[in-house]
Amino acid sequence: MSKEYETVIGLEVHVELATKTKIFCSCSTEFGGAPNSHTCPVCTGMPGALPVLNRKVVEYAMAVGLATNCEITRNCKFDRKNYFYPDNPQNYQISQLYLPICRNGGIEIELEDGGKKTIGIHEIHMEEDAGKLVHDEAEDVSIVDFNRSGVPLIEIVSEPDMRSAQEVIAYLDKLRLIIQYLGASDCKLQEGSMRADVNLSVRKEGEAEFGTRTEMKNLNSFRAIARAIENEKNRQIDLIESGEKVVQETRRWDDNKEYSYAMRSKEDAKDYRYFPDPDLVPVFISDEWIKEVKARQPELPTEKLARYQREYGLPEYDAKILTGEKKFADIFEAATEICGKPKKVSNWLMVETIRLLKEHDMDPADIRFSPVHLAKLVDLAEGGTVNSTVAKEVFEAVFTDDIDPEQYVKEKGLQTVNDEGALRSVIEEVVKNNPKSVEDYKNGKDKAIGFLVGQTMKAMKGKANPGMVNGILKEILSR
Amino acid sequence: MANKINDETIEYVGILAKLELTEEEKEQAKKDMEEMLSYIDMLNELDVSGVEPMSHVFPVNNVFREDIPSEIDGREDTLKNAPSEKNGGFEVPKTIG
Amino acid sequence: MSLMSLTAVELGRKIKAKEVSVQEAAQAAMDAIMAKEESVNSFVTVLDEQEVLNRAGQVQKMIEEGTLNGPLAGVPVAVKDNMCTKGIPTTCSSKILSGFIPTYTSEAVKNLESAGAVIVGKTNMDEFAMGSTTETSAYGVTKNPWNLEHVPGGSSGGSCAAVAAEECSYALGSDTGGSIRQPCSFCGVTGIKPTYGTVSRYGLIAYGSSLDQIGPVAKDVTDCAAILEAISSYDKKDSTSMKREDLDFTSALKDDVKGMKIGIPKDYFGKGLDKQVENAVSAAAKVLEDKGAFIEEFDLGLVEYAIPAYYVIACAEASSNLARFDGVKYGYRTKDYEGLHNMYKKSRSEGFGTEVKRRIMLGSFVLSSGYYDAYYLRALRTKALIKKEFDKAFSKYDVILGPASPSTAPKLGSSLSDPVKMYLGDIYTVSVNLAGLPGICLPCGMDDKGLPIGLQLIGDCFKEKNIIRMAYAYECTKTYQHSPLSDRL
Repeated sequence: MSKEYETVIGLEVHVELATKTKIFCSCSTEFGGAPNSHTCPVCTGMPGALPVLNRKVVEYAMAVGLATNCEITRNCKFDRKNYFYPDNPQNYQISQLYLPICRNGGIEIELEDGGKKTIGIHEIHMEEDAGKLVHDEAEDVSIVDFNRSGVPLIEIVSEPDMRSAQEVIAYLDKLRLIIQYLGASDCKLQEGSMRADVNLSVRKEGEAEFGTRTEMKNLNSFRAIARAIENEKNRQIDLIESGEKVVQETRRWDDNKEYSYAMRSKEDAKDYRYFPDPDLVPVFISDEWIKEVKARQPELPTEKLARYQREYGLPEYDAKILTGEKKFADIFEAATEICGKPKKVSNWLMVETIRLLKEHDMDPADIRFSPVHLAKLVDLAEGGTVNSTVAKEVFEAVFTDDIDPEQYVKEKGLQTVNDEGALRSVIEEVVKNNPKSVEDYKNGKDKAIGFLVGQTMKAMKGKANPGMVNGILKEILSR
Repeated sequence: MANKINDETIEYVGILAKLELTEEEKEQAKKDMEEMLSYIDMLNELDVSGVEPMSHVFPVNNVFREDIPSEIDGREDTLKNAPSEKNGGFEVPKTIG
Repeated sequence: MSLMSLTAVELGRKIKAKEVSVQEAAQAAMDAIMAKEESVNSFVTVLDEQEVLNRAGQVQKMIEEGTLNGPLAGVPVAVKDNMCTKGIPTTCSSKILSGFIPTYTSEAVKNLESAGAVIVGKTNMDEFAMGSTTETSAYGVTKNPWNLEHVPGGSSGGSCAAVAAEECSYALGSDTGGSIRQPCSFCGVTGIKPTYGTVSRYGLIAYGSSLDQIGPVAKDVTDCAAILEAISSYDKKDSTSMKREDLDFTSALKDDVKGMKIGIPKDYFGKGLDKQVENAVSAAAKVLEDKGAFIEEFDLGLVEYAIPAYYVIACAEASSNLARFDGVKYGYRTKDYEGLHNMYKKSRSEGFGTEVKRRIMLGSFVLSSGYYDAYYLRALRTKALIKKEFDKAFSKYDVILGPASPSTAPKLGSSLSDPVKMYLGDIYTVSVNLAGLPGICLPCGMDDKGLPIGLQLIGDCFKEKNIIRMAYAYECTKTYQHSPLSDRL
C-alpha cells in the first residue's frame, strides 16, 4: 500500500558554530563548566543588557553559504522571535526571518544507485541557542542553566527535495562534511552540535500538491532519523487510508520507544510575532568581504576527491573514503607529505584504521595519533625494517597510544632478522622437526610450505624477513 | 478595520503576552484596545505605498565584536537575583520533556 | 539658602574653589530629601546617608588629589529608576522588579560616576516609563512641587520633581516619547533629549529600544550642556551608539542667535493647545526674534500621525522588551502557581500595572499574525515619512520651536482613565523620538494657576549645539526662579 505514496521530506538543520565566544556577548562557548559559569547580563536576559554581534559568526555563516552555492544577502538583519520558555532568557530568540544571510543554494548528493541529485537549500540564517533545562523528577521542577544560551547557531533550511531516509542521510552526511572542512563546526549529532528537524509529508504518487506536513524533533543520530522517517511516513499513510487527516504539528521522537507524540499545548500559540531587533543594526556584506571569505575557504570535499586521484594517483574508491571524513583527509595529507607514499598511507587508513575504529566503537573525529607516527611506520614497513605482521602490531600501538614507531621497534627489538646464517640454522631445525610436512611438499602438496614458513616465523617470534625465509626454505627442500 | 477585538482576541493576546486578566479587566482591555486601534487606524489615511519601513533612523551597519572570550565566571552575579535557585541554576516549575 | 538652590555647575565651582566640601553638598541633598520627600515623593529609593557621605568623602579626596576636575565633580545627582545601578535596587517603578539589585551599572551612570557625581537616590517614574503623569508607579504618585495637587508629568516625573523641589542638584531622565521634555515643562525645569545614539542605552531598562534616550534634567541650560557632555559616549556595548566627535556641548553656550533660523510649525498651534501655553510660547519666539533670530511659520505635515505611529512602534517593542520579566531570573514571582505557564501568567499579571499591561497587549496584538503588515510595518513606513518631513524642515531652519505639551500639569487622578486622550498630550514630543532628533525643554512662563509652561526647541540630528545655543540665549533674557519650593515646602 505504501508503494502508492511518495514521501516528501525537508530538513531544518541547526549547527553550532565553532566560535570561541557567544553570538552576542564575550562569554565562552566552551562545553562543561559549572551551571551558569559562562554567563553575563547579555546571555541571561538581564534588564538593560544589549547584544553586540560576533563578526566570526557572520563569516562562518557566509562560508557555509558560499560552500553550499547560496546567494549571500548583502543587507541582512536580525529579527526577534517571541515566545516564552525558561531556557530562553529574554523570552525572545534573536534570529533571522525576513532577511536571512544566505538563500537559494543547494548541494549534490549521491544516490544509492550511483546517480546524483541536488537538494535545494532554501535559506541559512544565524541565531542564538537556548540554555539547558535539567529536570528534577523527584521535586517536579526543572533547573535552567544558561551556559549554552547565546551560543551561535546557523539553521540550514532545505527545500522539500528529499524522498527517502537514504537521501536524508546522504544530504546530512554531505552537509556535515562540508561544514567540518570549513572548520565552522564539528557537527556531532550525539553531542548536539548538529541537530536535524524533519519536515515530512506524504502524497499519492503523481500528485502535484504536497500533503500536510509534520515537523519531527529530538533526532539525535542518523539511526533515529531513519527510524523516525519510516515511522512518521507510515503513521501519515495510515491516517489517510483510514479517512483521517494529517494535522500540521510538531512532534517529538522518542527513540527508545520508537514512537513520536504531538507537542501540543493550548498555551502555545505558535505566533512568534517576528520583528526587526531594534538593538542590532543591519549587516552589510560587500563584494570585498565575500572575496575575503572565499579566499580563506579551504579545499572542499569534491575538489579534494578529484585532486587525490589526479595528484596522488589514488583509485576513486580510496579517494572517496579518505575525503569522506575530514580527519582521514587531514592525516592522509600530512603523512603523505612526510613519507611520500600516498597509496601506502591510504592503505593504512582504509584497512587497519577503519578496522580499529570499528573495534573500539570510535568516530574518525576521535582519532588521536599523529600523522608523523603513521609516516614513520610506513617507512619502517616499506624499508623492510619490520615485516608486515610486525607492522600491524606496531600500528595498533600507534593507534591506541600514539607511540613513536621507531623507538617502539627499537625498544621491543622488533626489527626483521635479515641475517641469512641465522635464518638458515633456524630453518634447518624446522625442516628436521617436521618430516611429515617435508614429505607432503615433496609429494606435490605446495601448501605444506606455508606451514613450514609459519613454524619458522613462530620460532623467530615473527621478526624474520618473510621473503628470505621463503627462498631459503625452497632451496633446502629442493636438495 | 474596527471591531476586531472580541473575547477571543483578548484571550489570544493573553496567551501571547502571558497575561491573565479578570473578567472585569478583560472588558476594560477590550474597550481600551478597541479605542486605541480605531485611533491608530488613522494611519490608513496615509499613502505609504513604496515607502521602505524604517526600523533604524540612522543608516548604521556592521557593528561587530571580535571573537575574544572573557574569562569572567558569571555564576554569582547571574544567580544573585533568582527568585528560586537550585543546584546553581534557576528553578522553575517542571517543563515538559 | 540651601546648597541645593545652586545650579549644578555653580555648586561644582564652589566645591572646586573649596568653598563647599563634597560632604556638605551631599548632606544638603540628604537633608532636603528628608524634608521634602513626604510631600513630593520624587524617589523610589533614597540611598543610605552614610553610604552617600562615604562616597562624597572619596570624591572629595579625588578632587583634592586632582584626579577629578570636571564641572560636576562632587555634585549630588538623582537617577531615574530605569537605569541599572550596581548594588542599588532598580525597579522601573514596577512591582515586577521588586527586590531586583543590578549586578552592573548602566553606561550613562558610569560616565557620571567617572565625572565625580554623588548619587543620592533613584527617582520615581511611570511604570516602565509608560505614562505621562508618574501616576502609574507601583511606589506611589509623585507630586508637582509647584502645586501638590497636580502631576509632575512623566515618565521622568520623579527626576523633574526632585530637581524642581531642590532635593538634588540635577538628575538623569529618559525620553521615549517626551518623557524628559514633558515633565520638565510641567515642573519648570530644563531637560534635553539627545539625538538617538548619543548616550549609551547599555543598562537602561528598555521600553521602546528604537526611541529610548537618556538625557539630563537640571535647573538651567548650562547645567544640561555640562551633564550631556559628561554622559555622552560611544559605547561598544550598545550597537546603536553613534561615534560622534562634537560632544563639547558647553561650547554652544553663547548668548547669540543672530541669523539663526527658527521654524514654527503651524500645526503645533491648532486645536487642543491651551491658550496660555500658546501665548507664552509665542512670546518666547518673539524674544528670540528680538535677539536677531529669523522666524517663520511653516507646514510641518503629518503631525497628527506621529502619535498613532509612535504607539504602535513603542508598544510593539515594549511587548517584546518586557517579556523577560517572567518570575524566573529576577524580580517578582507569584506565591502560588500550578505549572510553568500559570507561574508566568500570574507573576506578570500581578507584577505589571494596568497601563503596562494595556501597552503590552496592544504591542502583542499589532505584531501578531495577520496584523504585522497592517499595523507595525505601516507605522514604520509612517515613521519614514515623518523623518522626511523633518529633513525638509531642517533644510530650511536651524531650530523648530513649539510647546512641549498642549497644557500645563493636570490635576492628579484626571488623566489615566482615557488612554487615547492621554496619548494625545504627547503630540509635540513623540515625533522627535521617531525621527531620532534632539530636543530641549525649558521654562518660558507660568499659567494663571502658577504652573510652569515649557518651551520646546527641536534640532536636526547631531545638532544639539543649535538648540543649546538658542535655549541659552533665551534663558539669558530671563530671571525666573529655579524652584518654587525653597520657601514653600
